[in-house]
Amino acid sequence: MATLRLSGVRKSFGPTQVLQPIDLSLEDGELLVIVGASGCGKSTLLRMVAGLERPSAGRILLDGTDITDRDPAARDIAMVFQNYALYPHMSVFDNMAYGLRIRGLSRTEIARRVDETAGLLGLQALLQRKPRQLSGGQRQRVAMGRAIVREPKLFLFDEPLSNLDAALRVQMRGEIKRLQRRLGVTSLYVTHDQTEAMTLGDRLLVLHEGRMAQLDAPMTVFAEPADTYVARFIGAPAMNLLPAVLAGGAARTQAGPVLALDGAAAGLPEGAKLLIGVRPEHFAPAPNGFAGTVELVERLGSESVAHLRLADGTPLAVRLAGAAEMPETLTVAPMPGHLHVFDAETGKRAAASRRAAPAALPLEATGTGV
Amino acid sequence: MERRTLFEGWLLPVLLVLPQLALTGVFFLWPAAAAIRSSAMLEDPFGLGTQFVALQNFEALFADPLYVQTILRTVVFCAAVSALSMSVALGLAVFADRDIRGRVIYRTLVIWPYAVAPALAAVLWLFLLDPHIGLIGRALPRIGIAWDPRINGGQAFLMVVLASAWKQVSYNFIFFLAGLQSVPRSVTEAARLDGARGWRRFRTITFPLLAPTTFFLLIVNLVYAAFDTFGTIQALTQGGPAKATETLVVKVYRDGVVNVDLGSSAAQSVVLMAGVILLTALQFRFLGRRNTA
Amino acid sequence: MNGRTDWTAHAVLALGALLFALPVWLAFAGSTQDSAAIARGDLSLLPNLANLGAYPRALIQGVMGTRPVWHMLLVSLGMAATIAVGKIAISILSAYAVVFFRFPFRRTAFWIIFVTLMLPVEVRIIPTYAVMSDLGLINSFTGLTMPLIASATATLLFRQIFLAVPDELVEAARMDGAGPLRFLRDVLIPVSAANIAALFVILFVYGWNQYLWPLLVATDPRLDTIVIGIVRMIGVESQTDWSAVMATAMLALLPPVAVVVLMQRWFVAGLAEGEK
Repeated sequence: MATLRLSGVRKSFGPTQVLQPIDLSLEDGELLVIVGASGCGKSTLLRMVAGLERPSAGRILLDGTDITDRDPAARDIAMVFQNYALYPHMSVFDNMAYGLRIRGLSRTEIARRVDETAGLLGLQALLQRKPRQLSGGQRQRVAMGRAIVREPKLFLFDEPLSNLDAALRVQMRGEIKRLQRRLGVTSLYVTHDQTEAMTLGDRLLVLHEGRMAQLDAPMTVFAEPADTYVARFIGAPAMNLLPAVLAGGAARTQAGPVLALDGAAAGLPEGAKLLIGVRPEHFAPAPNGFAGTVELVERLGSESVAHLRLADGTPLAVRLAGAAEMPETLTVAPMPGHLHVFDAETGKRAAASRRAAPAALPLEATGTGV
Repeated sequence: MERRTLFEGWLLPVLLVLPQLALTGVFFLWPAAAAIRSSAMLEDPFGLGTQFVALQNFEALFADPLYVQTILRTVVFCAAVSALSMSVALGLAVFADRDIRGRVIYRTLVIWPYAVAPALAAVLWLFLLDPHIGLIGRALPRIGIAWDPRINGGQAFLMVVLASAWKQVSYNFIFFLAGLQSVPRSVTEAARLDGARGWRRFRTITFPLLAPTTFFLLIVNLVYAAFDTFGTIQALTQGGPAKATETLVVKVYRDGVVNVDLGSSAAQSVVLMAGVILLTALQFRFLGRRNTA
Repeated sequence: MNGRTDWTAHAVLALGALLFALPVWLAFAGSTQDSAAIARGDLSLLPNLANLGAYPRALIQGVMGTRPVWHMLLVSLGMAATIAVGKIAISILSAYAVVFFRFPFRRTAFWIIFVTLMLPVEVRIIPTYAVMSDLGLINSFTGLTMPLIASATATLLFRQIFLAVPDELVEAARMDGAGPLRFLRDVLIPVSAANIAALFVILFVYGWNQYLWPLLVATDPRLDTIVIGIVRMIGVESQTDWSAVMATAMLALLPPVAVVVLMQRWFVAGLAEGEK
């Protein structure tokens, strides 16, 4: 168990900078999820902590000790790989025992630890099998077992669930969470899947093009996305972003309706270009507001997602309860307290918009000829 | 193609490649360099000294009608062996690819001659074609064919081609069968739906898909026929009668080892090297760089 | 399948099998018959199973003045095994170095090895002989085997196999604390076992079947391989002990054929995937 600190860690391959300087610290026992689209640098970051890649600059400290230049073997870190990377010629037992043998543990100690871990993961009956005789879920467990049995200071997870089918993924997700709590081992978990990120992490680091876009508790990231990238990356369907102009403390949207901001855009100059973010579930049918043509309806059973096209061409996704018949056109308005204000120039959340703006009833619905 | 994950350090890998580099240097590069060097030298008749003669050995070689004839004979020989063994192998592979009972046994029965040494293939064929003891060799005169490859050059050539091709069929068979099995089922099924049947389906669908295999095998067979058949020829005819079965390699051996004409033999070696390099280059040019970086 | 027997396929394949089996059957039948009868041209296709005396005769006494066949078999076996094992060993090491490390002149080293593909023994007969004689390796077992160990095919094959090993497997081993040599021994070699088996078959057969090289480098009959020996036997002009020659042919055939047939599964897969 340990703390992890990254300071100014960055990576470039030749002239391409894949990771901007990263500063990060994990508390003892914390599970931090690093999430981002492919190519955002999340795996590179993980591999640098593992020692499989050398940072171009910066230091990595595990429990206060500088491990930046240490060989992976000397870091006391275990890793679960995306494709599990089990040794195909070794039994489950040997797969788990290999790292312990190299470290020179006694036979009895190895047997004890492997048995204990196998018990924890329900692998006792499979110890003599070869990886090819296991199902995907079982292989995943062995990969976890190989990490757990080492009793390392730090766990690294590199998209460990992405090779499983959907149902198994949900089950293993819960299991990883429980195990991590129970063992209390500090963990870094990389994924591209926002559901995994939201449900697993104590905190969430959203990486975007090698840059730390936001580092916060999952619900904070959801409720107060730091920029338009995070806003659209977390939450499905993605948050709607409506182009607008700041006019007299309110947002005059390009589509027509004017939205009260209640000071959420304070500090931005009059006439500033804004993007007003509203999640699809925060729209409700209203007599006046945003009117659009219904282009597509996805009925998911308990709810439906309507994809509208506003008169100015802005697409708008709206989540509605039930599976009601949709009219050809629909007028919706944002619910109170659920506006996110972003500076259109920088994409950043407006400084005063720490919380979603409270009131959001359209002040006037300038007819857009719906 | 490169790996993402590497081990660090340079001393260990250098030590690891060293054995192979040492053997390569001593047994490949040094002799090759020596061959090129002595191909430009002429030894005086008494073996007392050598002098640099530049390309004279090559000029002498190509001015010698016997050598040019040997080149032509080798080309014909290689073409005949390759064509014969490849077509027989392809025919067998097509039928072995069918879903028939006992096809595993048939495969084994066709594959085993891979293990037969070229020189031993010659001995086995002698049991068939020798005019005195051979099963077929003895039967031919009875049906009116005067069979004696020891004096008839054409017959000797035929015998050498048959024995050489026989041994190579299994190798070609393995590759053709693998090639046929890798033709996607969906493609053949699509062709069936399009109404292509039998020979037409083979000619328009299967064979074109086998083209890379065929080309690869062609090169391998040419190299085999040019070099590996030394044992076959030496055992059956020693290049005779009257040089009727003398290929380039047999001639290098004869001139270098038996007649000890070192300059000419070295020049011949260099010509052979050029030939192999040409074939290898062709293979990589047309098959992509499968083996290299 | 339509349930009908494909008679054409059976006929063609049976004919093919027969074509390959006939000379060997002839050799077997002949090995059980009287040499004088064979020399007269009375070679029967029916073996006389009661008369297997040609085998012990060839094995123990040799045939018409050659060394005993058991000795030739031993030389061949030693040569084939040494070449196969030696080639596999040095190729694994050099391919491992080239694939898993970066070191000065790595590409140069690779190309030097690669070039040997273009220099088969047959094209450098005389100069290689000269080098061997300078090194004092003529008529030695080392001279018989060493020059055949160094070729590039096995190295290229292992290079391809090693390149296909997933990066994650290497990384997992590194995280487990395995150093380079340990990774080679504990993971890479066991993972490549099937390929090594296939290569062993190919190289064993290659070594067993050598003719030109032993002919050149080993004039001492004590180093006669079985292949050299049998060609020598049929070269005798008169009074050939045909049944012993045929028995020797059978004995020369048996070990490599057995290796190929018994290890057919690995060998066929290895050949088709490796050399392409």
